[in-house]
Amino acid sequence: MKTHSSTGTLAARSGYRINPVGVASFSVVLFWALVALVAPYITPHSVGEMIDADYFGPMRPGLWLGSDYLGRDMLSRLILGARYTVGISLAAVFIACFTGVVLGMASAVLRGPVDMVLSRLLDALNSIPSKLFGLMVVAAVGSSIPVLILTLALIYVPGAYRFSRALAVNIETMDFIMVARIRGEKLPYLIASEILPNIIGPVLADLGLRFVFIVLLLSGLSFLGLGVQPPYADWGALVRENIGGLPFAAPAVIMPSLAIATLTISVNLLIDNLPQKIRDRSAS
Amino acid sequence: MTNLVEIRGLTVEATTDSGRWIQILKGIDLDIAAGETVAFIGESGSGKTTAAMTLLGHARPGCRISGGTVKVDGHDMATLPEKERAALRGTTVAYVPQSAAAAFNPASTIMEQVIEVTRIHRLMPPDEARRRAVALFRALSLPDPDGIGDRYPHQVSGGQLQRLAAAMALIGDPKVVIFDEPTTALDVTTQVEVLRAFKAVTAKRRIACVYVSHDLAVVAQIADRIMVLRNGAVQETGSVHDILTRPTHPYTRELLNAFHPDTGGRPTLPIANSTAPLLEINMLSAGYGPPQSNGQPLVLAVKGVSLQVKPGTNLGIIGESGCGKSTLARAIAGILPACKGDIQFNGKELWHSARQRSRDQLRDLQIVFQHADTALNPAKSIEDILGRPLTFYHGLRGKARDARVDALLDMVRLPRALRHRRPAELSGGQKQRVNFARALAAEPKLILCDEITSALDTIVAAAIIDLLKELQRELGLSYVFISHDLSVIEAICDEIIVMYRGQTVETIVPADRQQPQHPYSQLLFSSVPKLDPTWLDTLNIDADRMRVA
Repeated sequence: MKTHSSTGTLAARSGYRINPVGVASFSVVLFWALVALVAPYITPHSVGEMIDADYFGPMRPGLWLGSDYLGRDMLSRLILGARYTVGISLAAVFIACFTGVVLGMASAVLRGPVDMVLSRLLDALNSIPSKLFGLMVVAAVGSSIPVLILTLALIYVPGAYRFSRALAVNIETMDFIMVARIRGEKLPYLIASEILPNIIGPVLADLGLRFVFIVLLLSGLSFLGLGVQPPYADWGALVRENIGGLPFAAPAVIMPSLAIATLTISVNLLIDNLPQKIRDRSAS
Repeated sequence: MTNLVEIRGLTVEATTDSGRWIQILKGIDLDIAAGETVAFIGESGSGKTTAAMTLLGHARPGCRISGGTVKVDGHDMATLPEKERAALRGTTVAYVPQSAAAAFNPASTIMEQVIEVTRIHRLMPPDEARRRAVALFRALSLPDPDGIGDRYPHQVSGGQLQRLAAAMALIGDPKVVIFDEPTTALDVTTQVEVLRAFKAVTAKRRIACVYVSHDLAVVAQIADRIMVLRNGAVQETGSVHDILTRPTHPYTRELLNAFHPDTGGRPTLPIANSTAPLLEINMLSAGYGPPQSNGQPLVLAVKGVSLQVKPGTNLGIIGESGCGKSTLARAIAGILPACKGDIQFNGKELWHSARQRSRDQLRDLQIVFQHADTALNPAKSIEDILGRPLTFYHGLRGKARDARVDALLDMVRLPRALRHRRPAELSGGQKQRVNFARALAAEPKLILCDEITSALDTIVAAAIIDLLKELQRELGLSYVFISHDLSVIEAICDEIIVMYRGQTVETIVPADRQQPQHPYSQLLFSSVPKLDPTWLDTLNIDADRMRVA
């Protein structure tokens, strides 16, 4: 009841309706982002240091999340892993969606040969298995974080392109686009001002989903040794390297899984519950 | 109980996005006897459809029936549980939607959908249902009643689909049928056929009808009584004759006045023949589809049309749907590049495609589309919509732009406070005004108006026409006015071109009181509903015969 009234007054003041689910998921995302930012200063131990004589140790004071398969401190590894998972995935998802959505809208507006060439090119890219593509890139130029970000982004461009093109084609047939065209408007205005505001909702939902895919692919690449290099590890890699602890119910495997779950679910909930502007002005 | 429908003190509420409840129907009382037709008439947003929907026990999402009773054949639709309401829908009360094209599933045959009601309510075996459907098709004077059921919705015309939607509603033998603006989307020649079919079938079966419409002339043909609604309240209820001859409420009088648009009020300029035309079109052809070996598109919608518009005068283009009038407008605007002929504007030859025209040429020739709903970007505020042409053509920014947006809103008689709203928060008439103001923002010489009043109700349409005339006086504009509504065109145009199958068949100058000569023009002119309630019954035209002629 209390939450309801507090968000109610907040809504009245800002002119936006703020959903409690949105607030909660935003807090979780913000929490992980902060952890990623200050990670090196708050890790209790060094990531590579083996401090527990036992492997897959249980939670206990000093080793708050137990120890991993080599007896390293799980809490420290998780905190530093946030940097890779949040940082690389977010960067990659923004690049992928930005490129894909801009190209998608452009080909919906330009139609004809541009649409044809872009669509076929990106379809071809889509047909390469993503892990194989990652393997090829890493074999060619070596593994580093910028390479990883660009590779992940490139893999998810075709999906974002297809999605936004499908949406933009529907908008493009509306009369207001025709009005803008015969006003003499050029491509950048058409896509940024006329089309984008009308497809932003689904595009953001797609961004949330693609973020989850990238987190999963990143851990897949790490599994193959193509991702983040040891002793550092992203969350996906933490799950994979400690999978042997599953029969012992080791926190080393449960905690990174929980971390991935909280982050990805929160990102999606946040996008579905963004603050909405209240348009009934007579209420305030 | 003598009355089939008894509505007492009905109120309906709607919720806003901040959670407030607003009353949108404010206490309605109404009785309908068996076999009687009552028309709900009013402007858009008056609550006429909401009132009709309560007979189905239905309130649209975000709305609720908050008080009163709606007794239909002894059942109170307002309080009945949803399951029992569903059992009555289709068998006791049925509904014919405004747009039959949107109400049919394009993926299954018409017959399947018409007899679906009997399957859901298990009324009769499918074979019997099919026989009944064919009998209904015949009663509704549909062509090929035995075979039409096997077609898909896209294989029949709009007027036929509307009658098929009526067949769908009538198959369950309902006692009450709700017609929700069933002819609004049709052109006049088709409307006559559909109205006749409805009238014949409902009279024969003694079905009580609720006919929702904003067109007083159509209602006069079909209804026994009229209920006039405004802002969710009943203004006046009475027999058709009383309402038409002795309207007591001011709003009803306004409605009647709007039906006789003011043809005067615009000084007929003495047009010297020597004046150079603003727009001159010579043997223009345009069409759709890939070019054929002879250089013409696959389907030619406009075939060699020539016309002239002098500065400060208006040209009307009239014709039924599919006659090529909108294609002509699109070809002039350069949206659909013409394949042949030439367009002279302001003394200069125009490129066929808008892409090759200069910015000033684009600015001088503006087009206003029929559907303000799709012509205004729903994601942008009115301010941005009107401001963009100002920035784009005139380089206005900041305060100068704000001042000009205010001036434009004043010009089209909209309150300045609307500038922060989005199109979805405006009424149909307000949206059309914004749509028009955007064209004015460019400060053009000629505005192409493509059916801009056909989606609006009579009063609003008349107000828009008055506005157009006034702006013409002030700004010295010219209009090319495309419509299927003769009264609108007569009210504003100096010259009327009748189009039929892509060609102009006749040019009429209304000022000369000239009577149409061509048989198609005669059909078109005589199909416009008159306020006289006996008009439909005495109308002696055979559309099909005329079309062949």
